[in-house]
Amino acid sequence: MSEQLFLIAHIAGRGVAIDSAQVESVVDIGAVVPTPRAAPHIRGLAALRSRVVTVIDTHAALGLPKLAIAGSRAVITVVDGHHYAVLVDSLEDVAPFVAAPLPSGIGLDAGWRQAGCGAVERDGEPILAIDLTALVHGPSNDANAIN
Amino acid sequence: MDDLLQEFIAETRETLDALSGEIVAWEADPADRARLDAIFRFVHTVKGSCGFLDLPRLARLSHAAEDVLAAVRSGERSPDQKLVTAVLAIVDRIGEIVEAIDAGAALDDSGEELLIAALNAGAEAVAPAAQQAPTGQRVANRSVRLSTDLLDRMMSGMSDMVLARNELARRMRDQNVDPTIEAALDRLSLTVAEMRDTVTRTRMQKVDALFSALPRMVRDTAAEVGKSVQLQIEGSDVELDREMIEMMRDPLVHIIRNSIDHGIESAAERRALGKREVGRLVVSARQSGNQIILEVADDGRGIDTDRLVQKLTASGQSRGRDLSILSERAKLDLIFEPGLSTKDEVTAISGRGVGMDVVRANIEQIGGRIDLVNAKDRGLRILIHVPLTLSIIPAIVIGIAGQRFAVTRQAIEEIVHVSGHTIRVDLLGDTPAATVRDRRMPLVDLAALLGLRATDPMSADMLAIISASGGSFAVAVDSVLDHEELVIKPASPAVMATGIYAGQTLPDSGSPMLLLDCAGVAAAAGINFSRDTTVEQDEEAIEPEAISADALLFDDLDGRRRAVPLAIVDRVETIDASNVRFSGGRMRLLVDDRIVPLAALGEIEGHAQLAVLRIKDGDAEIAYAIAEPVDIVAIPADISPSAQPGPILGVVVIGDEQVELIDPQWLLGPDALDIVRPGAPLCLIDSQSDSWIATFLKPVLEQAGYRVSTKASADEQPVVILTTDATPAAARDGRVLRLSNDRRDTGGDDRVYRYDRAGLLAAVAKRVNVA
Repeated sequence: MSEQLFLIAHIAGRGVAIDSAQVESVVDIGAVVPTPRAAPHIRGLAALRSRVVTVIDTHAALGLPKLAIAGSRAVITVVDGHHYAVLVDSLEDVAPFVAAPLPSGIGLDAGWRQAGCGAVERDGEPILAIDLTALVHGPSNDANAIN
Repeated sequence: MDDLLQEFIAETRETLDALSGEIVAWEADPADRARLDAIFRFVHTVKGSCGFLDLPRLARLSHAAEDVLAAVRSGERSPDQKLVTAVLAIVDRIGEIVEAIDAGAALDDSGEELLIAALNAGAEAVAPAAQQAPTGQRVANRSVRLSTDLLDRMMSGMSDMVLARNELARRMRDQNVDPTIEAALDRLSLTVAEMRDTVTRTRMQKVDALFSALPRMVRDTAAEVGKSVQLQIEGSDVELDREMIEMMRDPLVHIIRNSIDHGIESAAERRALGKREVGRLVVSARQSGNQIILEVADDGRGIDTDRLVQKLTASGQSRGRDLSILSERAKLDLIFEPGLSTKDEVTAISGRGVGMDVVRANIEQIGGRIDLVNAKDRGLRILIHVPLTLSIIPAIVIGIAGQRFAVTRQAIEEIVHVSGHTIRVDLLGDTPAATVRDRRMPLVDLAALLGLRATDPMSADMLAIISASGGSFAVAVDSVLDHEELVIKPASPAVMATGIYAGQTLPDSGSPMLLLDCAGVAAAAGINFSRDTTVEQDEEAIEPEAISADALLFDDLDGRRRAVPLAIVDRVETIDASNVRFSGGRMRLLVDDRIVPLAALGEIEGHAQLAVLRIKDGDAEIAYAIAEPVDIVAIPADISPSAQPGPILGVVVIGDEQVELIDPQWLLGPDALDIVRPGAPLCLIDSQSDSWIATFLKPVLEQAGYRVSTKASADEQPVVILTTDATPAAARDGRVLRLSNDRRDTGGDDRVYRYDRAGLLAAVAKRVNVA
């Protein structure tokens, strides 16, 4: 099986692997302007050089309680021509891993189920691979219907 | 015109540069067909452009060269050295003249006759030295063609630069820096600002670029079809993305041509209709929220939707749909049906469909939308909405609860301070309302709507009056911060889904800002403007006013005073009583060479003249005889229903008097009219040999509630086919009923004696039931 580059990050205290093809860049974002009335997982807008990015509150997108303090590390991804900054707790590094499906029998809970798309193994430790697009779309109401 | 000329010069120069190699090659080998064609194309293009731009000298030269080259191409002349030299002299001369035009310098036209004469077969060779041009005259090329992609990149680089400058300025403020550095920064700021304006302008173009060619086009088109049309252009300085302007060019031309050709009537027709003889065409551009609206409005005949439906049905383009049941709006949209054409419709009443499907496709391709506002006999307005994407819009930046929002300048009528009696905020129930001088309008608490903070609307200090479609509303704002020109881009779908934002922008401050969509805000606040009065549709607050309708009050033939809804009255006419006959079981009126059923609630006899109400709603038409019309009144909402169903719907009080209200359903109901309902089963009378049979069978069948057609049409299958012809193919079809002339055919299934009315109707009914 061929190896792919994955970015290892921490979200909500868990390690996750993000397919590097989805990552445009990794940045520290500045002040976030709120977007009233938008979905809860949309934290607001931030300026990234001359571009406006939509900031995704990853915790809310995973159906967890909202981030209490403003995180500033973010992974920039492009979905349907729009730029999004997906907030992460911290970033480790980029390394090649073999992408594998989730081990059978493991049912993820809540928002993780939508975002999880497989697993990679690092030194014997399994890490959940997540799909940024699912985070951008946010928690869907029919999350139960997916599995 | 200047733009066109510049374009022509640039293009000619470009082609000439490219051609110079060809010319040399052709000189070396005059028989080379490819080079010949290239040069021919060049002079041909120049000739075409010159005719248009009114450059007679160039036109003459290129025309002469074109003639000769055409002769060479067709083999009439052989390209000898002399001819080549003469043609090249002309090509050179064209180049010189073009340079002279660009430089604005005069160029002596002596020798041009000689150049042309040299093309003739017998002429002397022109010495190449004869057209030594003043060489210093060539002006540097002042225009280049760029791809918009490059412009986009330039634009985004520019924005980056502005932000970098801003950040630098911010940092410098934080620490004490040398005043000379500050001065340098100021100079940088100034330059950056200027640059930004310039770069911004590269993408934007005034819509005038689109409109400037219209007067000529309208004149020519009107002359072509023999009509006189006055064109009025509004809003030429609205700016639009350059690319968008190019995309709009063809659709706009198309729509205008259609308006002149099909919409505006001939002078004679207009006179007859009581309109001004000169048709009026208004082309305008304006900005509305996050869109630019281009509007083409004419005061012609509008679209006759019924006619359109007929046409589509007749030509088989209805594809089996029953178009007559569509809503008016849907019918209007039929003009976008592909391939709808009017060429076979000599007496075209409506005919705007020429390629409108293509027009719509073009507009939708750039994310636009096309709307029609049709007023039959009064004109048509075509509104093209194109998105504001990449358009620069002037905006007002307002502060609400510490956050900044942009509102398009055009949406804001005014900004006022709450003070005194003329401008105040009150609560109607729990709903705040603003009074601005003599206007009263709903007040939207934007801070609460956005969930930023709960405020007391009564404490509002500053109000922005915002106009939305249908009416205005006030928004309480904390501060008005700035007036800025902003580049608006669409926000991400999750943000746009709120429905209250039109886009996002990154102003100089470097902090992203949302542009409010005023119509969306009004909708989110539950404001709904109906008619001209503003009615708040808060759930429990105020009930919408009862809808009142107008009615025509009249004295009826039996002396009573009655009223009929005005909406169904087409007109009131005076007719000769001799045109009214009791014929075929009911009263009928002969009018306009047609028979219209007549209803009356009194005796018609004894009147020499009668006033009749011509009542019409859709296809249904009836006349109602009255003694005299009295007045137009509003029908009170309170109608006491009649004791029994019948011609009278109920009784209302109008001016202390009991007035009977005529029931429109009685007038226009199925029993009252002798026209057949659209949805009834269709009978086809298909008789080649005895065509007269259709004439007398038609009323029989119609009276029995069927629709009758005598011609097969592709889009609707008849339920019963009546025929007198005995064709074996027809015999197998279960729907076919043969009309025989054999008196003994009384009980048969597939044959019935044609004069046996009861038997015929029974046989038809049987087939309808089977179907």
